[in-house]
Amino acid sequence: MKANCWMGRNTVEVQEVPDPTILNAHDAVVRVTSTAICGSDLHLYDGYIPTMKKGDILGHEFMGEVVEVGPEVRELRVGDRVVVPFPIACGACGACQHGMYSVCENSNPNAGMAEKLMGHSPAGIFGYSHMLGGYPGGQAEYARVPFADVGPIKIEDDLPDDQVLFLSDILPTGWMGAEMCDIKPGDVIAVWGAGPVGQFAIASAFLMGAERVIAIDRFPYRLRKAERAGAETLDYEKVDVLDALRDMTAGRGPDACIDAVGMEAHHPAGVVHAYDRAKQATRMETDRPHALREAIMSCRNGGVVSVIGVYGGLIDKFPMGSLMNRSLTLRSGQCHVQRYLKPLLGRIRNGDIDPSFVISHRMRLQDAPRAFEMFKNKEDECNKIVLTP
Amino acid sequence: MVEEHEYPISPLVRALGWTSLGLGVAQLAAPGAISRLAGVDDSPKAFGAVALVGVRELFHAATLLSSRDPVPWVWARVAGDALDLTLLGRAIADRTGWRRGRVTAVAAAAAAVTAADLCAAIRVSRHRPEKRSARWMNLHAAVTINRPREDVYRYWRDFENLPSFMTHLESVRTIGDGRSHWKAKGPVRKAIEWEAVIVEDRSGEVITWRSTGKATVDNSGSVRFTDAPGGRGTEVRVNLRYAPPGGKVGAAFARLLGEHPEQQVRDDLRRFKQVMEIGEVVRSEGSPEGTRALRQARQRPAQPVMSGSTS
Repeated sequence: MKANCWMGRNTVEVQEVPDPTILNAHDAVVRVTSTAICGSDLHLYDGYIPTMKKGDILGHEFMGEVVEVGPEVRELRVGDRVVVPFPIACGACGACQHGMYSVCENSNPNAGMAEKLMGHSPAGIFGYSHMLGGYPGGQAEYARVPFADVGPIKIEDDLPDDQVLFLSDILPTGWMGAEMCDIKPGDVIAVWGAGPVGQFAIASAFLMGAERVIAIDRFPYRLRKAERAGAETLDYEKVDVLDALRDMTAGRGPDACIDAVGMEAHHPAGVVHAYDRAKQATRMETDRPHALREAIMSCRNGGVVSVIGVYGGLIDKFPMGSLMNRSLTLRSGQCHVQRYLKPLLGRIRNGDIDPSFVISHRMRLQDAPRAFEMFKNKEDECNKIVLTP
Repeated sequence: MVEEHEYPISPLVRALGWTSLGLGVAQLAAPGAISRLAGVDDSPKAFGAVALVGVRELFHAATLLSSRDPVPWVWARVAGDALDLTLLGRAIADRTGWRRGRVTAVAAAAAAVTAADLCAAIRVSRHRPEKRSARWMNLHAAVTINRPREDVYRYWRDFENLPSFMTHLESVRTIGDGRSHWKAKGPVRKAIEWEAVIVEDRSGEVITWRSTGKATVDNSGSVRFTDAPGGRGTEVRVNLRYAPPGGKVGAAFARLLGEHPEQQVRDDLRRFKQVMEIGEVVRSEGSPEGTRALRQARQRPAQPVMSGSTS
């Protein structure tokens, strides 16, 4: 089959690789009908996630049709149409049973590698480094899906791929980002990063009853999308975000701040950006945390900072004094997608949200190298690319 | 999760280590000043000799401060002292006047240090724990399993199940009367076989076993099961004790090949948890055999495995 493989920093290649086979009794094999490129794939593309290996198949947002099931699979049958969550979760360990699917205790066979960097290991993730399992991703014609009865959700009606594909990651991720804010009537929510995840976080915050949502980004096309969703916007290259937010909230600061940017943030002051960029390049810190620093500084006293942007390792100049002295709550996590699939599918079906609005480009799987380049460089107002094999 | 039992470094050994470090640094940084102080700066060889002694002191410092078992290294220091005293003795014989006085004073100080070292060496040797017969390796690992204690105990109690999660075991056959026949893959792929007998067995609590007769690898083990608090399942604690084939050298060699015994036990328990909670060992394309330290260092690319190949 054809698959999009990571070949080193800034290089992906569509290669001919063997077809997947069942390795575990709980596996299914899915013929991929739609797959997307995630902003977090760019962290891999840019070479910031350790333990990638040449030839690794990328992609953790995908859906398709079940073509084979292992002997222990009970719920799924050949021919079922499914969306696959990006965290691989067993459903039986203590974490899964508490709904913490993205920290499943059994799905990462390379847990020892993750423990060295993080102390304990999170769940395995499709196409996201060997430290997180060494699982091939879904930017391919076929994918093996472990724990087929736990992860994939069956799509039994005629909702098109475009509307349900993002259940695999970015819609529930944005939703969880807003959910962690514990939104109450009158709350003002600020969202750093108005990419697709930020856009879903904005939509989710409104659905949860936020009074106002303020989006922070630097790309006009993203800010326009945020405005269309009802958010006010700030271009961090044009205004001082901390001041602007203080002003917009009459001195209080936003009640909750969502970091939907993660480890490769940009900073308008060249010197600050260069400082973190240099430390990152020399591996003295692995992540550039401008958005996170600003979110903490901006948040109102006693508010919540919700981190859904991906971080890989270490950061510095972390404003711990601000967080501690001002009674802030820091919440974070890779999304526990499995927890949100059913309720969010319900919301798509009843028209609360149509996630297809994020899609800006549709391309073929074999054009993945071009697609990664476009997405990375934000060419042609590239917001979200869906690939079809 | 895993520890190889070690001794804490005693304060005495630590003090000797730091003394060595200070002396070594001084001798290397300023060999000229030191040889003047000792009154040996008249000899052209003194400069080099002082620096060499400095290097030796640094070696003592490194071994004393970092070693798991300091006993041989403290004795090494005593031997070093003897060497120093010999050198100083010759230096005294060669000199007269004030230089002779200086060298003699230094020799007296060195003799005092030798006495302290000797005293320390005797003390740490005497306090060396009995258990550490050089060939025994003690390993400990623990895991929490989200299953009732009785189930977890019962699965382990049937030793024939052990190879399903202990990758180094080829097979275990129970032969009745608490006895079983074990077959394992050695570090260099040579099968090792032995018989074991259950020493203690309290249902749902503990199982202890040890090898019998003349096993190639003398070993014993115990596994304890306790309820994890608040309905979190079962805490499993394993202690293994064995004499690695080829003694310490064999164990070091196995480590070089990537077979860290401590990681093996930890990986075994990870797989045990998977078998208990899911019913099978979890495999990925990067690690098709499932959790295994050896494989973690040498991952396959995350691409489908061709049927029949796992390399």
